[in-house]
Amino acid sequence: MKLLRLAPENTKFGFMRFRRVSYPLSATLSIIAVVMFLFVGMNYGIDFAGGTQIDMRAKSGEAHLAEIRSKADSLGLGAVEVQRLGAESDVLLRINVQSGGDAGEQSAIAKLRDAFSNDYEFRSVDSVGPTISAELVQSGTLGVVVAIIAVLAYLWFRFEWQFAVGAIIGTMHDLLLTVGFFCVTQLEFNQTSIAAILTIVGYSLNETVVVLDRIREVMRKYKRLSTAEIIDMSINAVLPRTIMTATTVFLALLALFFLGGHVIRSFSAAMIWGIFVATYSSIFICSPMLIYMGVRADVFDKPKDQDVDPTPSQRKVKA
Amino acid sequence: MLRFAPWKLVSVLALVAAAILLIVPSFMPTGAVDSLAARLPGFIPMRQIVLGLDLQGGAYMLMQVDENSVIKSQIEALREDVRQKMREGRIGLSGGIGTEPRGVVVRITDSAERDKAYDLLQTLSQPIGGPLAGGNGRNLQVSKTGAGVQLTLTDAAIADKVRHAVTQSIEVLNRRINAMGTKETIVERQGADRVLIEVPGLQDTTKLKEIIGKTAKLDFQLVADPGDPPSEVETLPMDKGGGTITVQKRVMVDGADLVDAQQSFDQQTGEPDVTFRFNLIGAQKFGRVTSENVGRPFAIVLDGKVISAPVIRSPITGGTGQITGNFTMEEASNLAILLRSGALPAKLTVIEERTVGPGLGQDSIDAGKRAALVGGLLVVVYMITTYGIFGVFADLALAVHILLIFASMILLGATLTLPGIAGIVFTIGMAVDSNVLIYERIREEAHLGRSVVSSLDAGFKRAFATIVDSNVTMFVAALILYLFGSGAVRGFAVSLGLGIMTSIVTAVTMTRMMIALWYHRGRPRKIPI
Repeated sequence: MKLLRLAPENTKFGFMRFRRVSYPLSATLSIIAVVMFLFVGMNYGIDFAGGTQIDMRAKSGEAHLAEIRSKADSLGLGAVEVQRLGAESDVLLRINVQSGGDAGEQSAIAKLRDAFSNDYEFRSVDSVGPTISAELVQSGTLGVVVAIIAVLAYLWFRFEWQFAVGAIIGTMHDLLLTVGFFCVTQLEFNQTSIAAILTIVGYSLNETVVVLDRIREVMRKYKRLSTAEIIDMSINAVLPRTIMTATTVFLALLALFFLGGHVIRSFSAAMIWGIFVATYSSIFICSPMLIYMGVRADVFDKPKDQDVDPTPSQRKVKA
Repeated sequence: MLRFAPWKLVSVLALVAAAILLIVPSFMPTGAVDSLAARLPGFIPMRQIVLGLDLQGGAYMLMQVDENSVIKSQIEALREDVRQKMREGRIGLSGGIGTEPRGVVVRITDSAERDKAYDLLQTLSQPIGGPLAGGNGRNLQVSKTGAGVQLTLTDAAIADKVRHAVTQSIEVLNRRINAMGTKETIVERQGADRVLIEVPGLQDTTKLKEIIGKTAKLDFQLVADPGDPPSEVETLPMDKGGGTITVQKRVMVDGADLVDAQQSFDQQTGEPDVTFRFNLIGAQKFGRVTSENVGRPFAIVLDGKVISAPVIRSPITGGTGQITGNFTMEEASNLAILLRSGALPAKLTVIEERTVGPGLGQDSIDAGKRAALVGGLLVVVYMITTYGIFGVFADLALAVHILLIFASMILLGATLTLPGIAGIVFTIGMAVDSNVLIYERIREEAHLGRSVVSSLDAGFKRAFATIVDSNVTMFVAALILYLFGSGAVRGFAVSLGLGIMTSIVTAVTMTRMMIALWYHRGRPRKIPI
């Protein structure tokens, strides 16, 4: 049987040449992401913004959006957002946090039930009061921050500091671009999005670790090569694996995106984006960082803390 | 690497067999599982996988004890205590008892009287948790001011009362919900001041909220006389039909002394009403009040709203009575449940509610299954087309990986949620990553001209460090998501975390065994990938 190979054999791409393109590109995208985040913002779901969201299905025939909207508007619950959910009969209705604290949400639900439960089946009701949404924002932010610190602490122990810095920059890059993705697509940002972000951080570091592991191994072996050559050689060596893994994860996520239902669609979309970004950044952002930080093959010959440039004569002795 | 002890093979097979045994009950109807579990010895776990409310449908509610209502009722109680002490000590209340945000102030103009009152009221300040529980501080701070004596509830006392209120609320809510006849309801404490309620299978929370949302504090208060001092009366709204009624603040009898309440019918009008019965103390109090106040209207107050205010025609000494109030059947029977179960010690506010109907739950299960099946199939086919026989090995390991995730979830009693299914699908992609790392390394080693055995050997050895490194980062992400996430998202963290652990076992150990067996059987000259 002829086996399928997506990645060509024994490639010798000069990946490091692209750093003159990839760095300005990523810098621009990151800045756009930050600007978008500050001035456009994400579409926060009720988990973080508070409010009530109801998934309704017409008991017969299709759902009439305009009618639902005008009926809901007349209840005096503030801005009402009504949108179709896939099927003709399904509608998602969302209202913002009501005044009057946590109890306000409850009376809003009661009003909506009175207004719609004759014609529509309430498939799900989610209501998050201001107390809980504030807590979820706090724990979500804290979770992301702690995750990054914990993972980076691990990298710090496991790799030389220049490698860890490369990984940090790559991770931040992926994080920013994922935030930018949510700003651009206006996909709902909720608790599962935090899960997506943390998983992307995990995946991104996974990619980075695989590449850095190989760079370190090659550096130990070929001390005479330039850093750029070593990195190119390493990335080419792990390229089949990188493509292979990205493809399998992508296939699994694709199935989730199309078949997993609307509840986890924004999660799957973010993850798919994250896989691409993480793969790109491990090759074009993290690895070139080692060149910029002047990593030489001899970082491994000395204790970690002293990285004084050795004189050529010293190097010769060691080689 | 190509030699391994036979016991290792046996233990891997035993592990797989155990995992299959654990999973089988989840595919059987619940009734069959129960009857089988009864006949089998106890050490065989006959458990089904626990589905989250997002999959099986049901209601989740998080309620918070309203601290202000706890403080308010504590202040009310304090007022009563102070009044009684002053009466016992025969000290005149020249200025009355004023209510402060955190306590009461007793206004006494005469300074000698004030000192006497101060000494007397000091005895109300007691260690929290009774005289024997030391170290928790005192419940009250008593101080003298220019115009009287001030009694303030301490923070520790309020925190203690809130904690108590949660405990009591859980008991009361359990009684109420059980009276509704729902099954497998969970009512539990969450943090210092919260109660979590989970009712599987419940779709419409309206009735549930009617049952759990009411404090159900029943008070009997006399309707005020025109001559009563304004500080001793309050104006309450009527429960039905609008309007207000002014009653004396003093509660003559309350619902705490009720022993039973049943929905019944008014003998004259045939309308639904509620018949209640007092315990001995309640019956005595009720008898005394009704005999002292014949001819006066007596207000029946539920949660600050007057249900009705009938005139006392004759003393009621038997300890039973009826509450009428233009009830529908359902209202009367709900009220009976509420009175029977007792009052909540404080107001509870719903701060989070998530309800999933059985329709959406089933749709989510179907969608999750379909996504997992298709995603898994794509990966399986892709692995075989890329790695041939080695791909088959990876796929077999993948199957065991999925089996082990489910088995460990059943063993741990972890809940499977929709994000949890997403986590499993994601780990399908990630699990083969370990295989890919190994296989690609083997290929590389083979290309360098090594023999089959040494390429295989080097492939496994060299890839292993990378596999561990890359999985540690993912595992840390999962762990933190578990610690900081809540609800269904935790389900994702659980399946991701478990999946990472099982994938190392399956992708490394099992694949190695299969490749070793394959090698020993055919002694191939060439790596087939």
